Amino acid sequence: MSQITLIEAINQALAYEMAKDDSVVVLGEDIGVNGGVFRATVGLHEKFGSERVLDTPLAESMIAGLAIGMAAQGLKPVAEFQFEGFIYPAVDHIVNHAARLRNRTRGRLHCPVVFRAPWGGGIHAPEHHSDSNEVLFAHTPGLRVVIPSSPARAYGLLLAAIRDPDPVVFFEPKRIYRFVKQEVPDNGEALPLDKCFIIREGSDITLVTWGAMIKETMEAADQLAKQGVSAEVIDVASIKPLDMDTILHSVEKTGRCVIIHEAPLTCGVGAEISAQLGERGLLSLLAPIKRVAGYDTVMPYYKLEKYYMPSTARILKGIQQTMEHA
Amino acid sequence: MKAKTTTVANFSIQYLQFLNENSKPTQEFPSFATPENLLALYRDLSMVRVLDNKAVNLQRTGKMGTYPSARGQEAVGVGMGSAMEKTDIFCPYYRDQATLLVRGMNMAEYFSYWGGDERGSDYKTPHMKHDFPNCVPIAGQLLHAAGIAYALKYRKEKRAVLTICGDGGTSKGDFYEAINVAGAWQLPVVFVVNNNQWAISVPRSIQTGSQTIAQKAIAGGFEGLQVDGNDVIAVKYAVAEALQKARDGGGPTLIEAVTFRLADHTTADDAKRYVPADAIKTAWEVEPIARLGYYLEAQGLWSKEKEAELQKELSEKIDAIVQEYVNMPPQKPTAMFDYLYEKLPHDLKSQYEELAGGA
Repeated sequence: MSQITLIEAINQALAYEMAKDDSVVVLGEDIGVNGGVFRATVGLHEKFGSERVLDTPLAESMIAGLAIGMAAQGLKPVAEFQFEGFIYPAVDHIVNHAARLRNRTRGRLHCPVVFRAPWGGGIHAPEHHSDSNEVLFAHTPGLRVVIPSSPARAYGLLLAAIRDPDPVVFFEPKRIYRFVKQEVPDNGEALPLDKCFIIREGSDITLVTWGAMIKETMEAADQLAKQGVSAEVIDVASIKPLDMDTILHSVEKTGRCVIIHEAPLTCGVGAEISAQLGERGLLSLLAPIKRVAGYDTVMPYYKLEKYYMPSTARILKGIQQTMEHA
Repeated sequence: MKAKTTTVANFSIQYLQFLNENSKPTQEFPSFATPENLLALYRDLSMVRVLDNKAVNLQRTGKMGTYPSARGQEAVGVGMGSAMEKTDIFCPYYRDQATLLVRGMNMAEYFSYWGGDERGSDYKTPHMKHDFPNCVPIAGQLLHAAGIAYALKYRKEKRAVLTICGDGGTSKGDFYEAINVAGAWQLPVVFVVNNNQWAISVPRSIQTGSQTIAQKAIAGGFEGLQVDGNDVIAVKYAVAEALQKARDGGGPTLIEAVTFRLADHTTADDAKRYVPADAIKTAWEVEPIARLGYYLEAQGLWSKEKEAELQKELSEKIDAIVQEYVNMPPQKPTAMFDYLYEKLPHDLKSQYEELAGGA
């Protein structure tokens, strides 16, 4: 079996589900003939045609609004925003309508849409192409927010997202689109949308992260292992709803927790995890919870990008502070 | 020096009217305008006015929240509602009681929406089950309508979508984005613009530099028509033709219905602050219900006695609606959790239990 990258896994999941269910349509800018600027949708236009793979006019609010209308009619639209930084015109429709349609109509209408976008920094991109804005959507009742971190999880989580009857914001860490190759059987098996994944077991410290930060976090865990420190690494994956039980269970075991995310520190998803650990896991903690995150600055233009994003060294420093706490 | 150019595009905007401000026909009426049908339209128009007056009273006596009266614009909504097939789909803005009444909605349900209850958007009328609820963020419904229209076209169904916004709504990005995609994709959608001259306090004259609102359709590549919004025959005719064109694969149409808002924007507004008194007076002289009434009277189809009978009948109807509305048992507080997702996620169970426990 061939090994595929995360972006290829996205493509594989879309192709699988479109072949299985002709209510699935994909829409967005440049996603048809061009196959998407990251090639997420490559080959779909040839396979499924212009009626199911829609090259839309250039308008993000329109993309979201169309998807909501289609979904209420029983289609399953997968709407692409070319970069997370361009999702803002669509936030009106995502927050005011997609997230609320079921609630406002007491279940009469609902909105099975996937809003997907390449997300996060680290590819030396133009301005506004490198943000991590997941917390905006995590704070919105009625949405699901999912961020895969590997080819296999991208495949399984995207299938689950498409099949879910409610709106899912699906952010794809573009820095690791092509970072690693994995065997991903094209078997149509979905992963759960409300569970964290323990991707490395350990006993001395719990490292909680998601998206491309998995890379630096796993590197930190490797370094720690050389020093005789055993780190458990949790990939949150489903930012909303948050599987705190898995995180609490891990912290009960290790007593220490460092949360790592690319998004700015203040009011990031790490703050929510930290608050819940404080409320429900305080007595397990041997040290304060530490967050290693992007600075509370605008994501710098790419020459300074590497100083902004949490590096393995910065993560190790945060871990060291936690381990040394008496 | 003036450089030479050649004309690459032209446009003209047509205006449609059948019954003028003096209740005189300006051309032969369409075939649907039989005495029986005109009387039915008159009754529907009158019912909307009774409904709105009652709703405003309910608000003023604390029995309903903020309410947007459609006074003066009844012909727009009645014309639209009576032009729709049951199998068409409606995407309202928030001033559509006339269309919803004619379409067959239970008006007690409609009152419950403005009375603060989400169940008012859970339309129980069977053929309305895919209609959209009211859309409060201005002009969003136009894009939803375009998406619904795409789904109908995708499944090759001979159905169309009717949607509406006000004159103010045509300044929104969503309006232009909807017009654009409807024309680019030839979607089976009809856009009505209720040009009642006022976007809350902002008059039409400073809302846009465009000579007509109808011509904004030209930018989408399709027909824009202006109709006398106080002539229910013209509105019904134009909307019915446009819906049929859409069902037949002829693409979208924009219909600008020119009327006047004879009420406050909502019960939370005071139009006397900004609408000149003489403008209101002039507008009342050309309002839609009296216009049709005088025509029917001149045709020997209506009379003061018949009017009195009708008002008595409508008064009984509205009383029954109000009774049903005020006697509706409230939702349980936990209802706010019940429709967030298909199944309540695990992370909300403790909050649900807290509220259910009477916190």
